[in-house]
Amino acid sequence: MTLNIFVQHFVNALSLGSLYGLISIGYTMVYGILRLINFAHGDIFMLGAYFVYFATIFYQLNWFIGVVIAVGATVICGLLVDRIAYRPLRQAPRISALISAIGVSFFIENFAVVVFTGMPRPVVQPRILMKPIILPNKVRLIPLGILVPVVAFILVAALLWLLYKTKPGLAMRAISFDIETTRMLGVNVNKIIALAFGLGSALAAVAGILWALRYPRVEPFMGMTPGIKAFIAAVFGGIGSVPGAMIGGIILGFVEIMSVAFFPTLSGYKDAFAFFLLIVILLIRPTGLLGEKLEDKI
Amino acid sequence: MRKIFSAIVLIAVLCSCAFADDDVIKIGVYNCLTGQNAFGGQLELEGTQLAHSLMPEILGKKIQLVIVDNKSDKVEAANAVTRLIENDKVCAIIGTYGSSLAMAGGEVAEKAGIPVIGTSCTNPLVTLGKKYYFRVCFIDPYQGAGAATYSFRNLNFKRAAMLIDVANDYSVGLGNFFKTAFEKMGGEIVAELKYNSGDQDFTAQLTELISKNPDIVFLPAYFAEGAIVLKQANELGAEFRFIGADAMDNPEIVTLGGDAVEGFLHTTFAYDPSMKDMNPVAAKFTEEWNKLNPGKAPNANVAVGYDCYVMLKDAIERAGSFEPEKIRDALEQTKDLPTVTGITTINVTHDAEKDMGIVEIRDGKKVFIGTVKPEM
Repeated sequence: MTLNIFVQHFVNALSLGSLYGLISIGYTMVYGILRLINFAHGDIFMLGAYFVYFATIFYQLNWFIGVVIAVGATVICGLLVDRIAYRPLRQAPRISALISAIGVSFFIENFAVVVFTGMPRPVVQPRILMKPIILPNKVRLIPLGILVPVVAFILVAALLWLLYKTKPGLAMRAISFDIETTRMLGVNVNKIIALAFGLGSALAAVAGILWALRYPRVEPFMGMTPGIKAFIAAVFGGIGSVPGAMIGGIILGFVEIMSVAFFPTLSGYKDAFAFFLLIVILLIRPTGLLGEKLEDKI
Repeated sequence: MRKIFSAIVLIAVLCSCAFADDDVIKIGVYNCLTGQNAFGGQLELEGTQLAHSLMPEILGKKIQLVIVDNKSDKVEAANAVTRLIENDKVCAIIGTYGSSLAMAGGEVAEKAGIPVIGTSCTNPLVTLGKKYYFRVCFIDPYQGAGAATYSFRNLNFKRAAMLIDVANDYSVGLGNFFKTAFEKMGGEIVAELKYNSGDQDFTAQLTELISKNPDIVFLPAYFAEGAIVLKQANELGAEFRFIGADAMDNPEIVTLGGDAVEGFLHTTFAYDPSMKDMNPVAAKFTEEWNKLNPGKAPNANVAVGYDCYVMLKDAIERAGSFEPEKIRDALEQTKDLPTVTGITTINVTHDAEKDMGIVEIRDGKKVFIGTVKPEM
């Protein structure tokens, strides 16, 4: 492999990996606080992509306004899911909330098939983001490919600041430690959990929008595969840890792209490679790369 | 009361006997007239009906088409064939759009020993191991050979690569045929990359393809994925061309892929109302169709519906009889029969071997650029 091809692969991998990372942060936040795997996350991601499609193509709004509206609408959906499907089950066994999450996931997907139809729809890519920059040695970069990791890292930094430097962040961390004691100390637990869902959904919306720009089509099941991959990335990085999710996502992106790059004849086994690595890492580090020690969980 | 009832029954029986007089021969048609495949099924039926109205007599006998809807449902398809054979006593059957429906109907016809001609059921399994099922269309993988022939002979490309969906039979089957045909003609397959259905990121495979510098890449994908592949290839600055198959034959690829789809080639049936030098059968078909349906262009579905009737008529005439067994034997011998979708020969697996059409996307529109005879 020549250097320029390798650099091209590297750029591709970084862009794919940071998208996985963005989605997996949503999983990790909700899990960190509620010990709930929010299986509907991939579908919230899909809704974000659809909202931006409708805002920009259907209603012909400006891209910036479209993105703001899409993120807002997705956050409302995320909050509704929490309010309707998870909050009533807070005292129930965890498995019930998990099944409820799977139910919500199927509900959103099939609802979307009926409302939006199963036909994939095209997403318009703003021209400015698509004009290729040719680097030496014929490596091509499109501004979008740079935008994705940059946005991802900014969001992770903002989220870490919120979690570790603000009152609501402190409350979130407290809830993840002990929900009952936090409630007794006068924290409005439901509000804080709703905040976490809102943040998770906003991140999913941003990821959905970037994903729809990168792979320009939207369809009701577009959240399934990225959702599962991102969940894996979250477990990989240590579920509950925000930097872990981001790192997990990037590693997954790199494994997928580089396995094809180095073993092109085995490109059909791309996912098998990724999951094999996951199993190996979990065998060596059962709580994931940046996961906390086992004893203070469960 | 009972006497009246039996009298009615008797009259009914007598009437139905009168209907089944020797001068009218029944041919069954089962196709999807309702349900999810209704669009294709309706068009095929219209084609068969057009052929029937132009050639209402075979061997001097009047032909009656018995039409049954299979509702795009496998169970209904089997029921439809049962009804045609047991109630209507048809001597042969035409249908259907949708390979899974054809497979369900085929089981029934096989047991009863009634020959069936499939319209556009292109899955190899439809006729596999079947004595009585035939089809007027080519099988899916055969398109791989067509794409290879066009790339090698007409475009003069010697270096090809493939991008195959490993989780999809259609894609894998076409890929194998492409590879065999292309290598047999003396071409070189420089890379064989794979992906899984549902993948959305193809940058790794495409970067690898770019590094191998092929002339053309064979992409037997479905349109939703195919359009994204073309789009990403464009972003990565790929300079090679792409050729696909009929699963890419959907106007949505232009909506999804935009400029990136320009110059994309794919195989299809060898009939298009815009094609030059049509054979006489196709010319007549086009003329008659346009007379009946002004403002609605005929497409490949109508053409295969028409061709089934043409093929059946030819077989009956050669058999000189309406006996199902003899029709079957004659169908098996079909050779160089001019039909709307090209000169048809039935091969040992009961599939049609015929020319294939090639379409290119130019200025966001499908342009029929010619036909090719696949070399196997």
